[in-house]
Amino acid sequence: MIRLVEVTKTYGTGASALSDVTLSVEKGEFVFLVGPSGSGKTTLLRLLIKDMVPTKGTIFLNDINVTALPSGKTPQLRKQIGVVFQDLKMLMDRTIFENILLPLEMAGVDHNEAARKAKDIARQVGIEAHVEKFPVQLSGGELQRAAIARALVFSPQILLADEPTGNLDNTTSWEIVKLLQDINQMGTTVIMATHNLDVVNSLDKRTIELEKGKIVKDKKKPTDDKKHEKKSDKSEKEDEKGVEK
Amino acid sequence: MKTAKTTWKHMRRSPYQSMAAVFMTLLTFFIISLVATVVVSLSQIISYFESSPKVTAFFKEGTQQSSIDALAESLKSSGKVSSVKFVSKEEAFKRYSNWNKDNPILLELVNADVLPPSLEISTYKIEDLDDIAKIIKESSDVSDVVFLKDVVSSLISWTDAVRKIGLALVIVFSVVCFFVITTIIGFKISQKREEIEIMRLLSATSWYIRWPFLLEGIFYGLFGAITGWILTFGLVLYTKPFLLSFMKDVPLVTLTPTFLFALLAIEVGLAILLGAVASFMAVLRYLK
Repeated sequence: MIRLVEVTKTYGTGASALSDVTLSVEKGEFVFLVGPSGSGKTTLLRLLIKDMVPTKGTIFLNDINVTALPSGKTPQLRKQIGVVFQDLKMLMDRTIFENILLPLEMAGVDHNEAARKAKDIARQVGIEAHVEKFPVQLSGGELQRAAIARALVFSPQILLADEPTGNLDNTTSWEIVKLLQDINQMGTTVIMATHNLDVVNSLDKRTIELEKGKIVKDKKKPTDDKKHEKKSDKSEKEDEKGVEK
Repeated sequence: MKTAKTTWKHMRRSPYQSMAAVFMTLLTFFIISLVATVVVSLSQIISYFESSPKVTAFFKEGTQQSSIDALAESLKSSGKVSSVKFVSKEEAFKRYSNWNKDNPILLELVNADVLPPSLEISTYKIEDLDDIAKIIKESSDVSDVVFLKDVVSSLISWTDAVRKIGLALVIVFSVVCFFVITTIIGFKISQKREEIEIMRLLSATSWYIRWPFLLEGIFYGLFGAITGWILTFGLVLYTKPFLLSFMKDVPLVTLTPTFLFALLAIEVGLAILLGAVASFMAVLRYLK
């Protein structure tokens, strides 16, 4: 579904954010993207929605070459990928309902239909009681749910979540992760960039570790990777220690 | 509809900038309306004088009709005269009465006997007026010759000056107005940079983002054109009675609704063009 082939991203300053990254993510997968700050997690997510273009390499989404996609087609690409941004990117002068409604309005969906859909999504993520409030009136967890709701309005095939548990307490973090898992179980591919190793270690999900722009570990979900099943407990523990580092 | 709402919100949230743009366009279109009205009026006055009798010969008391007819015939035979019209004492009084119908005191003072008969002579070319005037002055029956050549020449030079100054004013104000709209729209785009960035990330197309700003520029132009025209319309209505009595039978088209609505239509077209191009410049410059 998503395929990165030898993708390199170097910024104008000369700093390298990603270096020769090759990976693929299948439809319906739940992938954790881990690594220290500056390792290239956010860059990778931004490349997927063509918020920036790679210096080298190619990105495919369902056989569509994202790298060569004309800028006029970028909105169509972004409708297929829901994004929960690290800083949420909520419009502070609009209510939660208006924020959720915005992508549908931009796509020209009929107002009544858009409103019905926005309410449905708000109910699904559990913020129906807060839709008339402004972002400043919501807690961190509620805001994350609102951002997830907005990312889901187009029923995207892929959901990218950049540090969705970043500023949340443990209980709220788990609620958000549970919500993302539910979304994944409904068939949406989820890629979640996170620092929260408690969450990563507790879930049996594929984990890609980045360091200085390179993939240093790609721990497949045991059920997906038979070789991985044959790995000794010892080596698995070592892998997890590596992630914690 | 949604775009119009967004445009309205943009204007409401930065009212002082919007007012600056509105007042600038209002001033520009008021000047355009005023210059157009004055220049068209002056041109009409000139054509009226050019096409109406330019030399009027007033005859002495007791002049025989046969002498007047003889003079008329000799003028016609010169080949330079397009028309010769005899105005009798009665006709002259009728005209006088019509011009002063609202002033009974002036009407009481004058009757047909005190007004001299006259000939109104038009030439094909304004240059022939001198020759015709000379022939008339040679007649011993003529008491006075009213010669409009100097008045027309003076009017032409005045109209020319007004046209040049007016054109310069229109150009200067239009350019200033253009840059004021471009700057204000550009400033608003800069203020909304974060919001625009979020919209783009949420799959907004370029035109979804551009339209409200383009509409805003067009609105400033339209509002300025319509209010500027209303001010001119008010001014014309206010001065109409005075102008009508002053210009007597010069038919001023600028005082008619046809001219004023045609002017409005032209200004609306210009306003849309000015607002759209100015805001599009800002959009191209600030929304890369």
